[in-house]
Amino acid sequence: MAALEQPTPQPEVLLAVEDVTLSFGGVQAIKNVSFDIHKGEIRAIIGPNGAGKTSMLNVINGFYHPQQGTIWFKGVERSEMRPYVAASQGVSRTFQNIALFRGMSTLDNIMTGRVTKMNKNIFWQALHLGPARAEEIEHRAKVEEVIDFLEIQHIRRTPVGRLPYGLQKRVELARALAAEPELLLLDEPMAGMNLEEKEDMSRFVLDVNEQFGTTIALIEHDMAVVMDLSTRVVVLDHGELIADGTPDEVSANQKVIDAYLGVAHD
Amino acid sequence: MFYRETGQYRTDYASDQQILNLPQDKWAMALLLAVAFLVVPLLINDYWANAILLPFLIYSMAALGLNILTGYCGQVSLGTGGFMAVGAYAAYKLMTAFPGLDLTIVVLFAGFVTAAVGTVFGLPSLRIKGFYLAVATLAAQFFLVWLFNKVPWFFNYSATGMISAPARTAFGLEVSGPQAPIWAKYLFCLTLVTVFALIAKNITRGRIGRMWMAIRDMDIAAELIGVRPLWSKLSAFAVSSFYVGMAGAMLFAVWLGAVEPTEAFGITVSFNVLFMVIIGGLGSILGSFLGAGFLVLLPILLKSVLVGGLAMTVATAKHVELVLLGSLIILFLIAEPHGLNRLWQITKEKLRLWPFPY
Amino acid sequence: MYDAVYPFLIEPFAKMWTDMPLFFAETVISGVMAGVMYSLVALGFVLIYKASGIFNFAQGVLALFAALTLTGIMDNFGAPGWLAIILTVAIMFGLAWLIQKLVFNHLINQEPIILFMATLGLAYFLEGAGDIMWGSDVKVVNLGIPQGASQWLLDGPGLYVEKLEIVAAVTAAILVTALTIFFQKTRIGRALRAVADDHQAAMSVGISLEKIWIVVWAVAGLVALVAGIMWGTKSGVQFSLSLIALKALPVLILGGFTSVPGAIVGGLIIGVGEKIAEVYWGPALGGAIENWFAYMLALAFLLFRPQGLFGEKIIERV
Repeated sequence: MAALEQPTPQPEVLLAVEDVTLSFGGVQAIKNVSFDIHKGEIRAIIGPNGAGKTSMLNVINGFYHPQQGTIWFKGVERSEMRPYVAASQGVSRTFQNIALFRGMSTLDNIMTGRVTKMNKNIFWQALHLGPARAEEIEHRAKVEEVIDFLEIQHIRRTPVGRLPYGLQKRVELARALAAEPELLLLDEPMAGMNLEEKEDMSRFVLDVNEQFGTTIALIEHDMAVVMDLSTRVVVLDHGELIADGTPDEVSANQKVIDAYLGVAHD
Repeated sequence: MFYRETGQYRTDYASDQQILNLPQDKWAMALLLAVAFLVVPLLINDYWANAILLPFLIYSMAALGLNILTGYCGQVSLGTGGFMAVGAYAAYKLMTAFPGLDLTIVVLFAGFVTAAVGTVFGLPSLRIKGFYLAVATLAAQFFLVWLFNKVPWFFNYSATGMISAPARTAFGLEVSGPQAPIWAKYLFCLTLVTVFALIAKNITRGRIGRMWMAIRDMDIAAELIGVRPLWSKLSAFAVSSFYVGMAGAMLFAVWLGAVEPTEAFGITVSFNVLFMVIIGGLGSILGSFLGAGFLVLLPILLKSVLVGGLAMTVATAKHVELVLLGSLIILFLIAEPHGLNRLWQITKEKLRLWPFPY
Repeated sequence: MYDAVYPFLIEPFAKMWTDMPLFFAETVISGVMAGVMYSLVALGFVLIYKASGIFNFAQGVLALFAALTLTGIMDNFGAPGWLAIILTVAIMFGLAWLIQKLVFNHLINQEPIILFMATLGLAYFLEGAGDIMWGSDVKVVNLGIPQGASQWLLDGPGLYVEKLEIVAAVTAAILVTALTIFFQKTRIGRALRAVADDHQAAMSVGISLEKIWIVVWAVAGLVALVAGIMWGTKSGVQFSLSLIALKALPVLILGGFTSVPGAIVGGLIIGVGEKIAEVYWGPALGGAIENWFAYMLALAFLLFRPQGLFGEKIIERV
């Protein structure tokens, strides 16, 4: 509480979660959780398995609808919303278990990420002339920028099903970036990676944040990564928020230490 | 080997996004089209047209349609026969109501009518998936065929319940009815199929095609990155039905001339078109043609071998043909579950690397 | 709204119920009996789908093939009924083994739609093979199953019920009970349920998938034989018998592809619904609605429960 005496100006809040509760049948996945994400920061969400982290991301991008609570995005309240609406407003994400379109090439996967930005109608597309063709080329150029940025030029034409795990994760990040999101949700981007791959991925996350100014919310289990990357950390345990603050504050918090070391819940 | 792209560079995205970006491919396609449009019409006869070429073209159109829905958008449909019937009856009503109407317009309009019907029957796809949906599309199949059998308005109250195509023209050429020259029928179908194959290619390689494929590969992820499931699925049903409806209209008006719904548009037709799509290759425009060619030719070959070569009676041959067809389909699925299109890709890859193994 | 649909949807039933209770009861009973027959075919589907994820379109043709084989053995070799049944069962088991060895062993890990198409190929094959072996003329099943109306019910409450339908219902009930005991109590049954849950996990505890799949196809063949005998007795053994597969499909989507009780309850709902619809709405719609009515009925149910009545609830997650 004491560490919040930072100088003005107040940081702009991009997304705020207020008193959100989500349950499936009788199971409460999230209980009265509130926190916010500032524009331009890297916000980590951590917690033991089953703490409700992924559910929280699902609530943020509209896949789950919380029974209670409100979500403010860019100062506008929203509660019931389909995921594609969230996507078109600038929230994009990657997934814990890779969710690429396995039948498509890397290029097509990333082009699909731009689906919310493209709008030429089916008649132009049928002819592949005029606006539709110009649109394809324009967006292809944008996609190529992302491909260069993430250094995946060599696998452009490869069906993603054939790529090794680490590269698939990178293609997934590329797909999310192609949407030019304001808020990027990363669900365990480094799970199952070796040290070298983790370092690469960490560098990409930092670069995205710095070069594009993208706000990032990140779920990660590797504490070293979380401490290095994030501006602020939210800790969830059993669906409840147990700590919220800078990495140093959080790692000193007794509740967090208990949760991670597994002190028995009463 | 001459089939190699070494030294051919593409320096902008426009040329990189062409359908055929190797000159060799372009020349081969040009040659194929030249033969199909200029040479075949001179040599064509009734047997070739009615037994092979017209059914090949028309089933290619139907397979294109089903491939859009099943191959690209991942929604299995067993209602193709019913939707072809919609196209046929829409064409019939138009041909009899407006005798002066160009048959091209009739076929296109039949496509639009079918697209509307297909969209309605596609609505359950928003709630149900996989084989549940496949079985649900059978509702369309049975209901539509029943409808065209039972409601006399559709067959203009004819005593037999059949519909037969009057003589109509397209671009001044007579292409339907018993007097129409066979080369005109062939060219009419060929033109439509060529144009709409190109259109299918264009749609499937652009934004809409990617949305369909995203829904096919992982519908939840697709929705989370901004693909609207409702719009994508219904548009796939609409476009697919449009093609299938045109195929039905052509089948009735140009090829057979007279049809009875249970026979011409029964569930066997639905299965056959699905076989074409699978054997040709799911999610492939070329595959639709290969699959249609395969399944149009195979029974003819089998029949000529069994009846002509082995002198079986027609009834026995029918049964043996079924046995062989069934076994060949199974064998084929075991040998190459990704279809003829995959075989073609592998061949091209081999040609490219020849004489080295890899 | 209610006033608009009442005369068409509700009134006929209310009237029938009050004016002709016997006729109404007969309709419902014959619907139940037909439903039992549909359930028999649907059962075969469910078993195979549950254990292997194969959507077996050949189930109807399997019933035709079994019935053809049975009548073929009886007519051509003069075998008594019990011997013919034993021989047919043996042939169906052999067929199950062949199907697994020759077809599905080579299609492991393929897409569901490929497996589905393979069963369509199998259906073509069996249909042709049955006709080549036993001829395509309509045959009669002579197992001494009683036919005609049940005198006892006709004399008592005055109900007209086919004896065959009673036999079919009883047989189906026995079969379902036997299968349930088989799956719940035996070692193979437990293994089968394990396979249905998770192929990998089942393999890792030492269950042979191939063996289970052969058993499943054999049981499906047995069920097909029973269905074939009942339907064959009712309307002769001919090609149209294979079309009962199309009757069983709406039962499946209604009951859920993976649920045995679903196949039974679904069959009853479809059977009764169809009979009632045919009697009350058929004339208004021009008749012959039984081809599609069951599908529409199932579809209507599906819109409310996308996984079928008894199917497992689909929880979507990422």
